[in-house]
Amino acid sequence: MRGVEFYVDMIFVTAKAWILALLGRFLPDWLIVLASITISGVAILCLGPVIMMYLTLLERKLIGRIQNRYGPNRVGIWGLLQPIADGIKMFTKEDIVPAKADKIVHLLAPIAIVVPALMIFLVVPFGERMTAVNLNIGLLYFIAVSSITILPIFMGSWASRNKYSLLGGMRTAAQMISYEVPMTLAVVPAIMMSQSLATNTIVLAQAGDYDLHWFIFTPWGLVGFIIFFLCATAECNRPPFDLPEAESELVAGFHTEYSGMKFALFYMAEYMNAFTLCAIAATLFLGGWQGPFLPSWMWFFGKTFVLICVMIWFRGTFPRFRVDHLMGFAWKFLLPLALVNILLTALWQFTSNLAAWFGSILVLGVSLWILVRLNRAFVPEKRSYPLEG
Amino acid sequence: MTLFGWGVLKGMGVTLKNFLTSYFRKPDEGGIFTVQYPEEREKPVENYRNFPFLVYDGTPEKIRCVACGICERECPPKCIHIEMELDAAGKPARKPAVFDIDHGLCMNCGMCEEVCPFDSIFMDHAFEVTAPERQKNLVRHKKELSKSNEYFKKIRPALASAVDQKRKAAEEKKKAAVPPPPPQSAGGQAQTTAQGPQ
Repeated sequence: MRGVEFYVDMIFVTAKAWILALLGRFLPDWLIVLASITISGVAILCLGPVIMMYLTLLERKLIGRIQNRYGPNRVGIWGLLQPIADGIKMFTKEDIVPAKADKIVHLLAPIAIVVPALMIFLVVPFGERMTAVNLNIGLLYFIAVSSITILPIFMGSWASRNKYSLLGGMRTAAQMISYEVPMTLAVVPAIMMSQSLATNTIVLAQAGDYDLHWFIFTPWGLVGFIIFFLCATAECNRPPFDLPEAESELVAGFHTEYSGMKFALFYMAEYMNAFTLCAIAATLFLGGWQGPFLPSWMWFFGKTFVLICVMIWFRGTFPRFRVDHLMGFAWKFLLPLALVNILLTALWQFTSNLAAWFGSILVLGVSLWILVRLNRAFVPEKRSYPLEG
Repeated sequence: MTLFGWGVLKGMGVTLKNFLTSYFRKPDEGGIFTVQYPEEREKPVENYRNFPFLVYDGTPEKIRCVACGICERECPPKCIHIEMELDAAGKPARKPAVFDIDHGLCMNCGMCEEVCPFDSIFMDHAFEVTAPERQKNLVRHKKELSKSNEYFKKIRPALASAVDQKRKAAEEKKKAAVPPPPPQSAGGQAQTTAQGPQ
């Protein structure tokens, strides 16, 4: 006999099985397979936009509080209908295409950008037995698909025929490619320790007493998580890494020339990317859906939303990076640290408990000290001009 | 040497504190100071000024304005138009027959209030002047512009009572003095200039 927790945990899985059993009475087997795919697909396709809509509200609310304002609170109670009002506004807006723009690419870019954002949802383990497709190369798939995002952004910026757009697109390409490298390397320790590329298996590797053997509670996990999360923030162009959009210098960067629903699609992709990257960060280092007492999907969404709130918190706190600082941070600090972290993971694996803790803290401390020293900004000697004044 | 990244954490601490305190602190202690406008309003400031109005004592017929035209001439964007009312004999009745202010031109400078020697034109507090149509009602006529002294006392109590006292004193002085010569030099001048445009 199973407890109530089990049924609460399995509520979505059971619902799907029940619907399939119902359909099984009238439909042939091959259609049932199709129906199973359709149910998962529809659930994901609804989840993505809905999450995006309410992330915008959450962001505006939290930023508002940080800046001593209320944020949207007029449309519906607590402004809960604000995203719908925004959606209606976006749909009814005029679609403006610049006269000299490359019309086809200009149209394709916003469509193409939503696709990878939605595709990543496939390998996200939302809960126990709730991964849409349990790919055995799930993580590789995630890295591959998420890096496609650069292309539509560059397409949009190039097709707009606008210098601000183009500058934004160039910056995007430079930034995203740079941050892809430490992000991928930061993932490696999690793969090493769980010995799998499948997201579900990585989550299962973090089970233990009270399901709290999360990777983040180890030194290499913590460092890996921090690197991954910073890179994820840079990957979805969120402040303080929002140089591609930099409204103070580039109007709106790559989506300067977009209006109406096309602009909304760019916006949607950005927020869905933020969600999926937080979800993957939670999966890799925070134990995914593992956790005591609560149902698995609740743990997963809780962790993801905490990470998203941290991203919003970043936005409310930090000013934008300078371009050279941004690049320097990725190549000169995060990349060597990610490499050291891989070494650290190996050390952790092959030494006993106390020696592992001591050794990794030592290695980390020394490498951090060296990296900080190497990254110290060059401050020219203050010159004095005796004849001045 | 401070720890690498310490400044970042400190900055995040500041915003976190601001976020949390916004839930329980009062506006003057660093909480949210937004005033939810249509439902709640800030206490109006007495010296706030917006678009002139004409003061009358008691009934709209007893309007203070004597149609002297000083404000008409002083108005920088020339948005005031005044016509003197004539009595049965065709003589000026020292009352405006027409007093128009163009809302589209008025820049709320308050010059008319400053130059008026009869304390009859003052700046209003009515800032909610939106209208559903663009062209209509842009020119405000005498009827809409006239407002009672009680309203004036309500919106700008200090100034209104000072003006009332001044007028009372002038009246008593006028009663005490012999009627023919004008009591105040300023008033007298204003009256002579009032004849100018006629």
